[in-house]
Amino acid sequence: MTADLLPLWVLLSSLVASVAIFGLSERRVATRTAINLVAAVVKLALVAVMLWGVYQGARYEVRVAFVPGADLLLRSDPLSLLFISLSAVLWLATTIYAVGYLEGAPDRSRFFGFFSLCVASTMGIALAGNLLTFFLFYELLTLSTYPLVVHRGTAASLAAGDRYLAYTLLGGGLLLVGVAWLHATAGGLEFTVGGALPPPGDAAPSYVACFALLVAGLGVKAALVPLHGWLPVAMVAPAPVSALLHAVAVVKAGAFGIARVIYDVYGVRLADTLGLLRPLAAVAATTIVYGSLRALTQDDLKRRLASSTVSQLSYIVLGVATFGQIATVGGLVHLVHQGLMKIVMFFCAGNLADELELHRVSELDGVGRRMPLTMAAFTVAALGMIGLPPVAGFVTKWYLGAGALDAGAPWVVGVLLTSSLLNAAYFLPIVYRAWFGVRREAWPPPAGRLEVRPTLLGPTVVVAALALAAGVFAATELSPLRWVELIAAQEYGP
Amino acid sequence: MTEPAWVAGVVVIPLVGALIAVLAGRRAAPIAVVTAVGAAVAAAALVRQIARDGVVEHAVGGWAAPLGIALRADGLSALFVAAVAVVGTAAIVYALAHPGTPHRFHAAWLLGWAGLAALAVSADAFNLYVALELLTLAGATLVALASEAAALRAALRYILLALAGSLAYLFGVVLLYAAHATLELSALGAAVTPGPVTAVAIAAMVAGLALKSALFPLHGWLPPAYAGAPAASAVVLAGLLGKASFLVLVRLWFEVVPPSLRPDAGLLLGVLGAAGALWGAVLALRQTRLRRLLAYSSVGQLGYLFLVFPLGTGPALAGAVYLVLAHAAAKAALFMAAGSIERACGSDELGALRGLAPRMPLTFLTIGLAGLTLMGLPPSGGFVAKWLLLGASLETGQWWWAIVLVVGGFLAAAYVFRVLRLAFLPAAGAAAIARAPRGAELPALALALVSLGLGLAAAPPLALLGAGP
Repeated sequence: MTADLLPLWVLLSSLVASVAIFGLSERRVATRTAINLVAAVVKLALVAVMLWGVYQGARYEVRVAFVPGADLLLRSDPLSLLFISLSAVLWLATTIYAVGYLEGAPDRSRFFGFFSLCVASTMGIALAGNLLTFFLFYELLTLSTYPLVVHRGTAASLAAGDRYLAYTLLGGGLLLVGVAWLHATAGGLEFTVGGALPPPGDAAPSYVACFALLVAGLGVKAALVPLHGWLPVAMVAPAPVSALLHAVAVVKAGAFGIARVIYDVYGVRLADTLGLLRPLAAVAATTIVYGSLRALTQDDLKRRLASSTVSQLSYIVLGVATFGQIATVGGLVHLVHQGLMKIVMFFCAGNLADELELHRVSELDGVGRRMPLTMAAFTVAALGMIGLPPVAGFVTKWYLGAGALDAGAPWVVGVLLTSSLLNAAYFLPIVYRAWFGVRREAWPPPAGRLEVRPTLLGPTVVVAALALAAGVFAATELSPLRWVELIAAQEYGP
Repeated sequence: MTEPAWVAGVVVIPLVGALIAVLAGRRAAPIAVVTAVGAAVAAAALVRQIARDGVVEHAVGGWAAPLGIALRADGLSALFVAAVAVVGTAAIVYALAHPGTPHRFHAAWLLGWAGLAALAVSADAFNLYVALELLTLAGATLVALASEAAALRAALRYILLALAGSLAYLFGVVLLYAAHATLELSALGAAVTPGPVTAVAIAAMVAGLALKSALFPLHGWLPPAYAGAPAASAVVLAGLLGKASFLVLVRLWFEVVPPSLRPDAGLLLGVLGAAGALWGAVLALRQTRLRRLLAYSSVGQLGYLFLVFPLGTGPALAGAVYLVLAHAAAKAALFMAAGSIERACGSDELGALRGLAPRMPLTFLTIGLAGLTLMGLPPSGGFVAKWLLLGASLETGQWWWAIVLVVGGFLAAAYVFRVLRLAFLPAAGAAAIARAPRGAELPALALALVSLGLGLAAAPPLALLGAGP
């Protein structure tokens, strides 16, 4: 295997797993689990090799002729590695979690087949080297998540699936028109550090219109208000789906795409000159506050988390839409930080549902005594979301705030403060109830020695530790923060 | 340019096969298999030849153009002949495995195969007419193979309207021949001048072909024919025969119609095509039976093809031809799946599909993969076609067609997922379900995979069309 083909191998590792799992009969549990785990570990190893190569300046590229003006292009650059590393690590964690969570459930071949297909799509989105390839995998992600949303086959999940499709296909349509229009205006566009578009000249209005279409299309998955309506509803899906896809892969695909469009298609300077960033930042700020306000009133735990996701995602958008290197760092690094913290919370929600059938915030009084490790992990993630040091979320908010001041946008600090207060207002009650709430009757005792099955508890605790580590060791050479600083320095140029 | 005589084989082999199959009666199946293999080899050779040396011309029996039968094959011919071979062979395999396929299917379909191949390699207006009439005959037979009264009525309607279309076309051919004393397309293209005779002739030919292509509002004959025909017949009717007249129209338009007539007439055809694309999809959404849903979907998909007339040659033409190919594979796969489902459940009511997916996973996989092309979503041949048409409309500043393409895609997604979502519902009851034979499920899946592959390996076919990347 030659190193140049690494992006293809990364893609194929989950694609092959997906096809193999679809072919398995429902009863072959051990084989299926083995394929899942081997594929996840192989991918992680491949990504590690690629990460090391890219760190040392190598670029891997796979190109296949496709249509006039655009190839199918997979390419690894620092930004794609940021997304890929996150997804590969969290895929392994979520696979272990899902194997445990779905023990004994029906239709697992179908579930894990589509699950792997989703991961393959996410890899494709991260590695896409031009807008057309990006679009291809973006739509594939929509299609492969649908069966996971409707997995349970209940009326509620089918209704959620319908809404999910309506939103995401609409977004896909807008994105397609934007991509095609930009192609017609400026030719085939490969992602280029610093921007790929030629100077606009007469085409400036087309550039602006295309940007609006692209961002609207991507904004559906990134859950920008008012395009966010699918996300809370999609929470009917099983917990691992909510965790990996609706906290990380799907929504990140949108946010990542917006970053790609701003930095590697338009170029942040051109985007700023055309006046594209400020309106987007305003939408992001609105979404941050709106999502948090919605989260306050949700009693269903997963729905509260979903509303919080709506809000947190826009930190990324806000950061990348603020013209200034420090704010960019804050936005991009949240891509990783939010992923780590939010997936922990969804794992915890899954643990509570699986072990004690708890779904509502109001039922959580005193649950910390029954499930201390789960709730400790939740507490770490919640404190991080609020932005308290030393959890990863603090680093994000620090860079966003400092970056906004640096970029001459002090109002952003106001948004951050408001949002942090709201974060505290909807997360702290959960933490308080868990540790200090009083429950009259005794909890049902655990079946084994642990508070919940090890396949569920392990990933929860490990990823929570990662979220903590990303904050504590933010200043070291191998932290996400350092990696993002490298990306931002390149995008803004010398 | 070369003149290999074997080019005629793409027409002669299925034609001879059809005649033997008629004589063989109940033992037609092995004849059909042998013929399919032979014709597929000839098609592959034609593709290889044209990919290497470009356009192929051949005068059958050595008689030159005005008197003899002149064959001319370019990239478009090669791709269409290849599509006929792939879908046609799969259809024969399906017919062998699908219980209850009438034995006369093989002869009728081989006749259709010959007609399609003849149409693809004809270089003059009268030969095209002969090919169209062969197809009328084959098509009406294929519909009439079903014995129910409704199917016979549909067949009668099919043959009357197809004949009306052919006659209108023939009327135009006669007018042009009287005026210019030639029938060869390129010679006609050089000779015609705008004027009343040309206008009437072209109008008659275009109208006749539009009727045969089920262009809105002339589409009413199509759904009962497709929905009533036996399963294997519907596969080749919807997959292949339905597109034949459109290809003739494309030849006529870009080789004969004077450029000064093109803008206005092209706009009219484009508007009708767009209306058909949307109306067909809306009606598909309202059907309660799978095969009628698919038939109305065909009305919609055929509508997109007519966007090529306002958009012109280049990427738009490549896009339209690509849609013909992708849709041929996808729709044939879907009608195979529908036939299998109807056989298994005794009905193709959508409600009968509830909870069927675990029993027939391959069939539902087929519907999902082939559905991508109908929705124009990647990765599928339908997406490549949509991308090319979309690019052409935006590059020429005709953005309104882009809206039609995108909105039509949403509607298609709505009707495709109306079917697919049923796969996730629990079964309605303990209805007796006969398992579909693998031999009927596999060719459908193979064609669905072809429509998917067209969306990934797009460069070689596009290069044959002269529109490669």
